[in-house]
Amino acid sequence: MKAPAFAYAKPASLAEAFELLARPGATVLAGGQSLIPSLNMRLSSPELLVDIGGIEQLKHVERKNGSVHIGALVTHAGLETSEVVRKHVPLLALAVPHVAHAAIRNRGTLGGSLALADPAAEYPAVAVALEAWIHVEGPRGARRVAAADFFKGLFETDLRPGELLTTVEFPVAKATDRSVFLELARRHGDYAIVGLAAHNDRFVFLGMGLKPELVKGAGSIEKTRETLKKSLKPPADLYNASATKLHLAGVLLERAWNTR
Amino acid sequence: MEHALDITLTVNGTSVSRRVQARQHLVDFLREELGLTGSHVGCEHGVCGACTLRVDGKLVRGCLMLAVQANGCRVDTVEGLSDSKELARLQKAFHEKNALQCGFCTPGMLLAAQDLISSSRKPTREEIRLHISGNYCRCTGYQAIVDAIEEVVNG
Repeated sequence: MKAPAFAYAKPASLAEAFELLARPGATVLAGGQSLIPSLNMRLSSPELLVDIGGIEQLKHVERKNGSVHIGALVTHAGLETSEVVRKHVPLLALAVPHVAHAAIRNRGTLGGSLALADPAAEYPAVAVALEAWIHVEGPRGARRVAAADFFKGLFETDLRPGELLTTVEFPVAKATDRSVFLELARRHGDYAIVGLAAHNDRFVFLGMGLKPELVKGAGSIEKTRETLKKSLKPPADLYNASATKLHLAGVLLERAWNTR
Repeated sequence: MEHALDITLTVNGTSVSRRVQARQHLVDFLREELGLTGSHVGCEHGVCGACTLRVDGKLVRGCLMLAVQANGCRVDTVEGLSDSKELARLQKAFHEKNALQCGFCTPGMLLAAQDLISSSRKPTREEIRLHISGNYCRCTGYQAIVDAIEEVVNG
């Protein structure tokens, strides 16, 4: 199908973007790799698309004070080829190849994926596993939110109306850290049935609930698996029952446990 | 606010200026405004890869990018890359290996394959499969498509 009619504006600065986002029916357009399909399928009908793609200050990757700061507009392909990400945020680097396909990775962005908060997406789980900080800014100022508090529910985040996700702050990995990223999907690049972002004793599952689901390591694989089975109740999808998903999550947990 | 905007972009080496509706995606713009019907419209939500294009040298889905977003960009389609002979070896190999059946996915497959060939030293068969995993062939002729790409890789 074709997208419904909407107006379009491309601000060159954050201040200009905040002004536009205050208008009724305004929606942020970042890479567009989730928004444009939803427009094409008429699942959303904004009155104004505010294309933030021209705001250069949201495209940085830099290491500072024990953290790696990544601008919201850095694309999946940008993360994939970043030496800083590969070296200092290995879990994120491991997750990127699982995001869709090459043509989509060239346009989709880190910030877009986090702000959308799709429960089957990779980055929300990575952000929670790494205890990242999400920086947001609005007309009334800037603030930062811990990843675990940022994701509130199904496609629901702590972002308030008129606010933009600007930067994500990941802690620099230590030499002793162990990161593993695993997914089970029908076709490589498709949404995973179940996925797992594991960092030390933090196991964060995707596709297993309304938001990234954290299971803390409980000393042994047996005890951790027990915690997993007790604490998660994944919603069934078109092809997989809840019990199937829970079983598959256990499989990924064991694989991650043994590769750490 | 504006529902129609003026854009200027370079399509297959030629500068083009048009007034477009904000809602029009890039592949529809190319097909309907410029008559470049080589890029196909399949699923229109980014799953099938039939509309694959190159924007500023990078592979993109033509149905997941608005024409207004391509303002100031360089867009290359299968027509331009055929004329410049960049795809010549791939096209010959696709022909010889019978890697096109109905042909609907072929333009997208050619662009995805060329992207891999120009960026990777010598991809393995597995890497070829991975790189075209975002392109559906509903005749299911994948074996021959991978054969054709492999032939060019081993050139």
